[in-house]
Amino acid sequence: MNTPMNPQSNAMPESPVNTQVPAPTVISATRRMYWLVRRELWESRSIYIAPLAAGGLALAGFLISTIHLPGKMHAALALNPMQQHDLIERPYNFAAFLIMGSTFIVAIFYCLDALHGERRDRSILFWKSLPVSDLTTVLSKASIPIVILPLLTFSITVVTQCIMLLLNTTALLGNGPSLSMLWGHLSLWHMSLMLLFHLLAIHGLWYAPFYGWLLLVSGWARRLPFLWAALPLLAIGVVEKIAFNTLHFGAMLEHRMGGPGSAASAANSMSMDSLMQVSLGQFLMSPGLWIGLAVTAAFLAAAVRLRRYREPI
Amino acid sequence: MTAIEARGLRKAYGATLALDGVNLRVDEGRILGLIGPNGAGKTTALNAILGLTPYQGELKVLGRDPWNERDQLMRDVCFIADVAVLPRWLRFSQALDYLAGVHPRFDREKAQGFLAKTNIRHSNRVRELSKGMVTQLHLALVMAIDAKLLVLDEPTLGLDILYRKQFYDSLLNDYFDRNRTIVVTTHQVEEVQHVLTDLMFMNRGRIVLDCSMEEFESRYLEVLVPPEKLAAARSLKPIQERQALGRSTLLFDRVDRQQLAGFGEVRTPSIADVFVAVMSSQAGQAQGAAR
Repeated sequence: MNTPMNPQSNAMPESPVNTQVPAPTVISATRRMYWLVRRELWESRSIYIAPLAAGGLALAGFLISTIHLPGKMHAALALNPMQQHDLIERPYNFAAFLIMGSTFIVAIFYCLDALHGERRDRSILFWKSLPVSDLTTVLSKASIPIVILPLLTFSITVVTQCIMLLLNTTALLGNGPSLSMLWGHLSLWHMSLMLLFHLLAIHGLWYAPFYGWLLLVSGWARRLPFLWAALPLLAIGVVEKIAFNTLHFGAMLEHRMGGPGSAASAANSMSMDSLMQVSLGQFLMSPGLWIGLAVTAAFLAAAVRLRRYREPI
Repeated sequence: MTAIEARGLRKAYGATLALDGVNLRVDEGRILGLIGPNGAGKTTALNAILGLTPYQGELKVLGRDPWNERDQLMRDVCFIADVAVLPRWLRFSQALDYLAGVHPRFDREKAQGFLAKTNIRHSNRVRELSKGMVTQLHLALVMAIDAKLLVLDEPTLGLDILYRKQFYDSLLNDYFDRNRTIVVTTHQVEEVQHVLTDLMFMNRGRIVLDCSMEEFESRYLEVLVPPEKLAAARSLKPIQERQALGRSTLLFDRVDRQQLAGFGEVRTPSIADVFVAVMSSQAGQAQGAAR
């Protein structure tokens, strides 16, 4: 532009100017990712509030039920070992189920809002003013349902179940037979391992295409992301039914929701150890997992591209 | 060094041309004011510079291609978009943590220092702050980044006079030095007149005036002409004439100062008056072309 010509500045080489600039501190990818994930937790506090509330709810119900516990345990001594096992494990499984359900719902709503909310409140302009690429941002958002929520669900469930066991044990103190029955039938360690496997494999990896799809819609829709996420799936199903009179698409979604080979693993739920080993191998070998992950990658790539082009709404 | 260089920058939204072959060059250490009516293409130009929108033509910002290297470019570029865009849930402490976490050139102490005098607390969320305080917060965060280029798009929109004054004061006193470049768009032209080193008018996707403030001051002159000398003064073809309190003010472009001194008091016009004059002559030309 029209800077007054200064012969000196033309003559001066550029290097002395550059040396004045302090060498930039390098920020590692892990550190950046850590703060991006922290950012998501600041914004969507339901990520941890919902499972904590579910855990608290389960504990409250359980606490009330311990009033009748000594009597119930006494009656249970007459049952066969299988029934005893079921009876003792039931509240623990119920608590795990409750927490898992709450985080699954959180995951869905989190994904639908993740790339939509920042455009709605125009804060995308602030986030984009910082040296963070769209790829890193989308990956940090995808990591919440795929990695963070399963791990969080696991920790909260284990803590809840430990408190339940503590409450159970205190209620049965001085009642030898009942207490030994409780500790004999309840193996928190195995339950936890199963839970961790289930959460990481099914809720994280197997469901990943769902999260990818929801994130993509969240980055694309100008409004009502929930509707835009649900309607195309419904439309494909309806068109398929009318055109070919088949229900393959619906069956595919159902299979995805049900988990890999759900029928097979239910049959041999005898030993948890063997089940886990068998199905871990099966799981990693199943083409469904890898196809799902490839689809997830495609959805996320599209979401990254969209975020690059999208302006605030 | 050149901070921004654009050649033949074009951007169309459907049939509308937001940028119609813009050529511009901004050198390091300048404060450029980009002035134009609504819809002139200022924000589109800035968005292209910031890598927020794809474009046609050549554009280099600090030697980088903004569309393909936005994240690297943002290490050296800061911007405040037209309205407060800090997310409402963000706490001051979280903003500090996050910026320190992802920005290699962010100085946490500096940002805290800027806000030490205000009553913004670490635990305050953006939604609890007034509009003026949010802008203060945003400016403090941005000034704590050791950037080479700062882009401000209507940074003082909706602020009261006190905050607007304070905004430019702290920008000049606490931030600006010869190694930094600032590009600012605003409708409050009179407030930036003493701040700018360079001036650019935009209209309908084109740059219609591009000059340094020194050039501006020597090129445009305003004379208060008493009625008896009006006819003689008009013969020098003023680009604008306005009446106020029985006196006429004539605005001249590239007319000799000595010549004008004979008609009355000569002074530097405000950017706003020159802007209006240039824009109306543009409109006249456009009408002429249409006929």
